[in-house]
Amino acid sequence: MAFIEIRGISKSYRDLPVINRLSMSVEEHEVVSIIGPSGSGKSTLLRCINGLETIDHGEILIHGDRITGAGVDVNALRRDIGIVFQGFNLFPHMTVLGNVTLAPIKVLKLSMAAAEDRAMTLLTRFGLAEKAKEYPDRLSGGQQQRVAIVRALAMDPMVLLLDEITSALDPELVSEVLSIVRNLADEGMTMLLATHEMGFAREVSTKVCFLCDGSVYEEGPPEQIFGEPTRERTRAFLRNIRDAKRI
Amino acid sequence: MAANPASNDIAGAARRLNIGGMPSPPTALLFAALVLVTIVEAASLYTIAVLRDALLQSGVASWLTSALSGLLILASILIALPLTRAFMRWRDVRRAVASNDVVAARSVRSEAQGRGWIVMGYVFAQFIAVLFAQFLLANNQAVAKTFFFVPLMVETFPLVLKAFWINIEIFTVTEILVLVWGLVVALALLAPGTAGKPLRVIAATYVDIFRAIPAVLMIYLVGFGVPLTGVPILKDFSLITFVIVALTLTVGAYVAEIYRAGILSIHWSQAAAARSLGLSYMQTLRFVILPQGIRQIIPPLLNEFIALQKDTALVSVVGVIDSFNQSMLIATNHYNLSVVTTVAVLFIAISVPQSRFVERMMQRDRARLRASG
Repeated sequence: MAFIEIRGISKSYRDLPVINRLSMSVEEHEVVSIIGPSGSGKSTLLRCINGLETIDHGEILIHGDRITGAGVDVNALRRDIGIVFQGFNLFPHMTVLGNVTLAPIKVLKLSMAAAEDRAMTLLTRFGLAEKAKEYPDRLSGGQQQRVAIVRALAMDPMVLLLDEITSALDPELVSEVLSIVRNLADEGMTMLLATHEMGFAREVSTKVCFLCDGSVYEEGPPEQIFGEPTRERTRAFLRNIRDAKRI
Repeated sequence: MAANPASNDIAGAARRLNIGGMPSPPTALLFAALVLVTIVEAASLYTIAVLRDALLQSGVASWLTSALSGLLILASILIALPLTRAFMRWRDVRRAVASNDVVAARSVRSEAQGRGWIVMGYVFAQFIAVLFAQFLLANNQAVAKTFFFVPLMVETFPLVLKAFWINIEIFTVTEILVLVWGLVVALALLAPGTAGKPLRVIAATYVDIFRAIPAVLMIYLVGFGVPLTGVPILKDFSLITFVIVALTLTVGAYVAEIYRAGILSIHWSQAAAARSLGLSYMQTLRFVILPQGIRQIIPPLLNEFIALQKDTALVSVVGVIDSFNQSMLIATNHYNLSVVTTVAVLFIAISVPQSRFVERMMQRDRARLRASG
């Protein structure tokens, strides 16, 4: 039994189908990169997994337990599934420490001291300890995104969803964020990342899924997808990326 | 050559920047300023003379009158100062032109012109002041005596001030109630899901109706109507309680809309981030959306409060003896409206500092926005 099992899910915004009978599975400690042209449903897929979007058809299971459909406690679900967004989405009225401790205190009911302890440990580990008392608008984009990752990690999630987390960053800030992800991958954190960083996807993932028109068009180990893709549209996509010197 | 600009581009060196040659001094502007200053100065001196006569007639000590007139004359001729400076710069322009120094000529010309316009601005302001003084002095100072009869104002001030406390009491209590009530209505306006729909409809209907009804009508209906119905308990409340309820209902509808706008101004991605961490709908509202939304709405909220403070004068329609009602009673007795002016001054005194405070706050917010953007 796979850790995350996605079975034939579909999702439309009004008449626009975004995800179309998509199926895939993720094993524990796997790092799955989701690549594909924009509009192929990468972000929506991630948002469906933690219940930020409801699906129209199909089902998603975690450890065999169905997490979609009526009656699921999404608040409880989201405690264990962390997500990091492209736009960081830090809370601008709180300090870094406030951002990181809010959910542990209010959701996990940790004491203030315990939450701050946990937050400081994580911030120190990712080189952000001296930024704890700063407000987000005083940080660089890279620092903000690292704080957003720490905020998700502070909930001690079972799986981390990373939604194009470097797309809004200046090029020179990308590596500091990616090194955190690499670090987490080495540690065995289960992750799904929607990404345009092909080189990084190739290096860090155990599996790559190429999404096209809302379903998995081709999947396999990174060497296969990037080295010898078997299907036409995967090849065309990677050719374009190569022509743009982005790989 | 001019017929073929492309050839100029190729030639490169042929094209020259043209920002005008040697400037001419702004003679017309400065002489217009001189004429206007002369006219306004003459009008000022005439008005000061009339004012002096009026003061002497009303028995103000002659030394005081002379001192006052002297001060006013001195103030009125201060306007000649920027004018002389403008003319000095004008002379500098001519000198620079004579010595064929384009850069210096441009710079002093711009200074001369700037000073010329400054004089124009001051002349305009002084002209308005003279007009106002003439209005007060018109018809043997009838205007001044009707609206600004100082002895009566001083004599009745304690009475009016005491009545003004009623206004303060009404708006302070109303503001506190409105802050809570407006938030309740705003949350009802934004109640989620199908279950929240009835609540949304009720809240929207309330806002529509109470924003449409004039505040004075609400005060009248509640203040006179509820005691008339004789409903037990309700009818025994004081008149002030009724007007506070009426104002809270009216202003609450506006404030609910302000709250709602503040909440909606927070980008949905903030809610997405909060919910993705496992925070519930109410926790997201309480810890993430409201704290940010309220910051946004403080200026419009304070503006609404200033409007409310002025609306407390409407309670006179149901017979509450507030400052306005009190002043009307005195005005009728003395056949003079100066006491009403006292009330106006009191309202100005509380309103202006708040307006300035709001402005400063908005300025600070804009500055911060620019800094972070």
